[in-house]
Amino acid sequence: MFMDTEQFAKDLAAMTDAERAQAVGKVEQWFADNAGRITGGSKLAPPHTATTVRMEGGGDPVITDGPFMEGKEVVSGFAEIDVADLDEALAMVRTWPACPTVEIRPVER
Amino acid sequence: MTIAPEDELARVVREHAGRLAASLVSLLGDFSAAEDLVQDAVETALRRWPDEGIPDRPDAWLYTVARRRGLDVLRRESTYRAKLELLRTPAPAEPDGRLRLMFTCCHPALPRAAQIALTLRVVCGLTTGQIAAAFLAPETTVAQRITRAKRKIAEAGIPYRVPAAGELPARVREVLAVIYLLFNEGYLSSTAERAHSRDLVDDAEWLASLLTGLLPAEPEAAGLLALIRLHRARDAARFDAAGRLVLLPGQDRSRWDHDAIAAAAALLTRTARRHRAPGPYQLQAAIAACHAEAARWEDTDWPQIVVLYDMLLRLAPSPVTRLHRAIAVHRVEGPEAALGELKDLRAALERYPLYHATHAELLRDLGRPAEAREADERALRLTANPAQQALLEERISWADTAP
Repeated sequence: MFMDTEQFAKDLAAMTDAERAQAVGKVEQWFADNAGRITGGSKLAPPHTATTVRMEGGGDPVITDGPFMEGKEVVSGFAEIDVADLDEALAMVRTWPACPTVEIRPVER
Repeated sequence: MTIAPEDELARVVREHAGRLAASLVSLLGDFSAAEDLVQDAVETALRRWPDEGIPDRPDAWLYTVARRRGLDVLRRESTYRAKLELLRTPAPAEPDGRLRLMFTCCHPALPRAAQIALTLRVVCGLTTGQIAAAFLAPETTVAQRITRAKRKIAEAGIPYRVPAAGELPARVREVLAVIYLLFNEGYLSSTAERAHSRDLVDDAEWLASLLTGLLPAEPEAAGLLALIRLHRARDAARFDAAGRLVLLPGQDRSRWDHDAIAAAAALLTRTARRHRAPGPYQLQAAIAACHAEAARWEDTDWPQIVVLYDMLLRLAPSPVTRLHRAIAVHRVEGPEAALGELKDLRAALERYPLYHATHAELLRDLGRPAEAREADERALRLTANPAQQALLEERISWADTAP
């Protein structure tokens, strides 16, 4: 799971078009380099598009604007990968060229 | 020197538990199950060996107990039928798998406290109760930590193998950090009389020596081993007859183990000759060697120690290291210069007893006894270690009787 921060978004916005194209190119290159192990995933639209529904408490669901957790980090996308173990996943993530935090979690089978 | 029966027991368990764990993990392909069986065998041994004596082949004995227990458990769980067959085989003869075991236990995806507990249990064969006693933690806390760590290993896919060459340096650092913490914990909490049956310092030295043997190309493993041995060589002089802590200047150096000091210093020199720039453990060992090789406190090569601290600070900057450097500066340039160095450290080390104890010493040398006494009292409030407390109390009461 890829995690963006406010700072990362600001840095990205501050870039020139050429710099941004270069950053995007690096990400595309990473996906190409790891294509053999990537089995799925998506980039999510920015957090301002998020709507959260909470169903706790038994009453009507509460619908709110924004991501489920207000915080400095928001999930910006995910990739499903097929690797032998955590070390292989860690080695992949070490070369990830974009957002500053990546969470690795196994998929339930 | 005769070896106490409980030390011999600890030695035998330490020598065999990790090997057994390693071969059972390989055999069953299940870290958690293998670990349970080893733990059970170790507990059985600790219960029976004191009465029955240590068997001639402790490894075979432990394997037999683990296997019998494994068969019992597996028989009840039909999904393990295939593993049942595996356990029917005699003890597998395979090369020492304890290196893999160490890397799994010290995987960076596990929290530090779990790495330590797991290493002690799996590699050194300590029981959960022994770990809890050594760390003054409730046994349930330690047990929970281990259970959680084992689940993470299984469910997050933490592998059981030696890391690839590219990852190795970072992963070795992780293992060394665990051993170093273990050593520190054992060394600082030790008292003249051994409070508990297992001495963490023994385990730390043994682990460092195991790692040095298994990874001969890794200079920092040898560095850490030398560091531990240099400290231990001074053990006999660290406490007086009444069990009070004796600081370095006041230690009776004839009671140091000079053969052990020479051997550790030689290990350090051999290691330095084979490798490029020394790492932090080698540098700390070199500092310990400077102290250990001085015939008298007055002969300590302080300028050399300051140089080594400068090298260490370049590799691993830390306020505690700067504090130790300031102590050496005190000897080279005098208390005024050292006090200047201490000023910048106050904010970072406000809660660190040695900061205040050092501050007190400098103030006393500068003829400011009232402030020195205040600093000693601050140090006393911050330490939980009885030996350090006694020393500080003594210093404070001296100050009271001084003219």
